[in-house]
Amino acid sequence: MRLEYFQLIDRIVDINLADRKISTEATVPTTSTIFEGHFPGFPLMPGVLLIEAMAQTSGWLLVAINRFERMPFLAAVKDAKFRTFVTPGQKVSVNASLVHDGSGYAITRASVELDRKSVCDAVITLRIMDFPNREMRDKMRETAALVGFSTEVPANG
Amino acid sequence: MSSTFDTIANIIAETCDIPRDSIKPESHAINDLGIDSLDFLDIAFAIDKAFGIKLPLEQWTQEVNDGKATTDQYFVLKNLSARIDELVAAKGA
Repeated sequence: MRLEYFQLIDRIVDINLADRKISTEATVPTTSTIFEGHFPGFPLMPGVLLIEAMAQTSGWLLVAINRFERMPFLAAVKDAKFRTFVTPGQKVSVNASLVHDGSGYAITRASVELDRKSVCDAVITLRIMDFPNREMRDKMRETAALVGFSTEVPANG
Repeated sequence: MSSTFDTIANIIAETCDIPRDSIKPESHAINDLGIDSLDFLDIAFAIDKAFGIKLPLEQWTQEVNDGKATTDQYFVLKNLSARIDELVAAKGA
């Protein structure tokens, strides 16, 4: 994770377009100013950032489904549950699957796992829109390369 | 078997916590019932699931923005019901 850039995902492990699901992974940094406040003497990965990790993972799935032609934006989070703590240095797996591909929106079910045990999960709604400008699309492609997003047809696609 | 209108009225009542009795065929989802675009996504999702269709929200929005259609044509519930019936019929054709 590069928290200072709000990049919650380190690597895309697999995108399966046939089953419309994705797996990513991320390691919580051992140090961050965030942990100085959340919480002093008891550093925890904030739940809102775990939601963001699920949203970003869902987003990469939607980017793949839309062949980088359109951009997903977070619109709603439902039924979010946090089952255990995530602490600095831990490596988590993030999974998302497409529940519904609507007109201009999509719904995913996502989860964060630690050692194959569910840490948190939620239902996420994303608006699917045209890229607002070319700069954003280019920057997204750069980020995509950083997290291992294939510009070719993804695996299992 | 309930009518298309009854189905979407029930969906709206449940999704947006609007009294079912206040939802009429003449109601405009946005202007009369106060449903915003985000809440309408929930409604669209429920309608898509209930009828096995994909409401073409983006196409409708574009038509309204281009002045080719009015919001009444798609968001007055009796008209929305008719559009859904058309989509269901087209799916079965």
